[in-house]
Amino acid sequence: MVKIITSKQAVQFFKSGQTIMIGGFLTCGSPNMVIDELLKTDIGGFTLIANDTSTSTTDRGKLVVAHKLKKALVSHIGTNPETVAQMNAGQLEVELVPQGTLAERVRAGGAGLGGILTPVGLNTDVAKNKRLINVDGKDFLLETPLTADVALVYATYADKYGNLAFYGSTRNFNAIMPLAAKTVIVEVDQFSETPLNPNNIVVPGIFVDYLIIRGTDVANG
Amino acid sequence: MLQMDKDKIQEIIARRVAKEFHNGDVVTLGIGLPTKAAQYLPENVRIIVQSENGVLGLGNYPDDAHCDPRVINAGGAYVTLNEGGCFMDSFMAFAMMRGGHIDITVLGALQVDEEGNLANWCIPGKFTPGMGGAMDLVVGTKKLIIAMEHTAKGAAKIVHKCKLPLTVANKVNMIITEKGVFEVRSDGLYLTEISPYSSLEDIKQTTEANFKTELI
Repeated sequence: MVKIITSKQAVQFFKSGQTIMIGGFLTCGSPNMVIDELLKTDIGGFTLIANDTSTSTTDRGKLVVAHKLKKALVSHIGTNPETVAQMNAGQLEVELVPQGTLAERVRAGGAGLGGILTPVGLNTDVAKNKRLINVDGKDFLLETPLTADVALVYATYADKYGNLAFYGSTRNFNAIMPLAAKTVIVEVDQFSETPLNPNNIVVPGIFVDYLIIRGTDVANG
Repeated sequence: MLQMDKDKIQEIIARRVAKEFHNGDVVTLGIGLPTKAAQYLPENVRIIVQSENGVLGLGNYPDDAHCDPRVINAGGAYVTLNEGGCFMDSFMAFAMMRGGHIDITVLGALQVDEEGNLANWCIPGKFTPGMGGAMDLVVGTKKLIIAMEHTAKGAAKIVHKCKLPLTVANKVNMIITEKGVFEVRSDGLYLTEISPYSSLEDIKQTTEANFKTELI
């Protein structure tokens, strides 16, 4: 059964040098409480897998400002000037991944696939050093799966079984990353002891390890 | 070319782009100018606008009282959902694009060339925001329209061969600027319309690419 913890307690699951996935699209559906706690520690040197590096003053974007990343695999950094500056200064390795390819690589990691074949990036810089595979006369790039030590995601709704559901456009990577990480921590807006309607569940609870309830942020387990 | 302010130029382009939409089309619009095309839909044309962050059926922008940070578009702006619309995760949003389920994609460009190559995500050493969803957006779409100002600070953007890093090769179908409309065909670039605000001479002077003229 999923365990309810505080954002402060969540820090124990992070170790320097880990690969971490963080959900969210810009600030939408972006977990931020555990990040604020991590900023108070000297844990760092992370490889971040996320859609983008948000902004310099919000959620995972603050990890960049605090120099907590050694590498970022993201599709977009333009909204966080600090990421661009650190990349240009050689302080932060940035691997820019087309967004749909990033989603599929995370999905592949969580789904037990050896990679995905995509036409995205053919004849562009993205294809450099990647294997080209021809299937029935069409070329594809082989893109490898991504997994992580910890996934930190957001959900709007969760029940005590860890089942997750979402409001609006907060689903983004939050619905994909829980499959691809060893430890999954979810910051949730609305927690309910009674089970969510099984027909509305987007992420089955078996993928979730820990819940942090926003607003209250107190452990009761 | 008459001197026009940027808003007017963008409106001319957006209005022309909107004429390409057919009733029921599923459309993805890039941030900025391409998004404005949805404001000028012909009468009786309804389109379904998709956003890469996981929204299908984007509606109007909400008034201040109805902004919800949980409902945004790919540019981070507050949006609403039209009746029949839905939300989805990033996997589904991109399956929709890459899998050939989008009728028309409209994007801006830094450079576009006579072979239908597009560069719109990077100026090495100067502008490196990342490609975001741009590369995925262009690959699977049934029709790719580039909507942009004809030149950038006087420099041609419709060129022989893109010098900037490509977003996609041989994929652009149509280029719409404030000066006219081009089609990319298998045997090269064709100028098919000249805007009332421009002339063939003006277009020749401001276009680096070779093109044939076949006005429709």
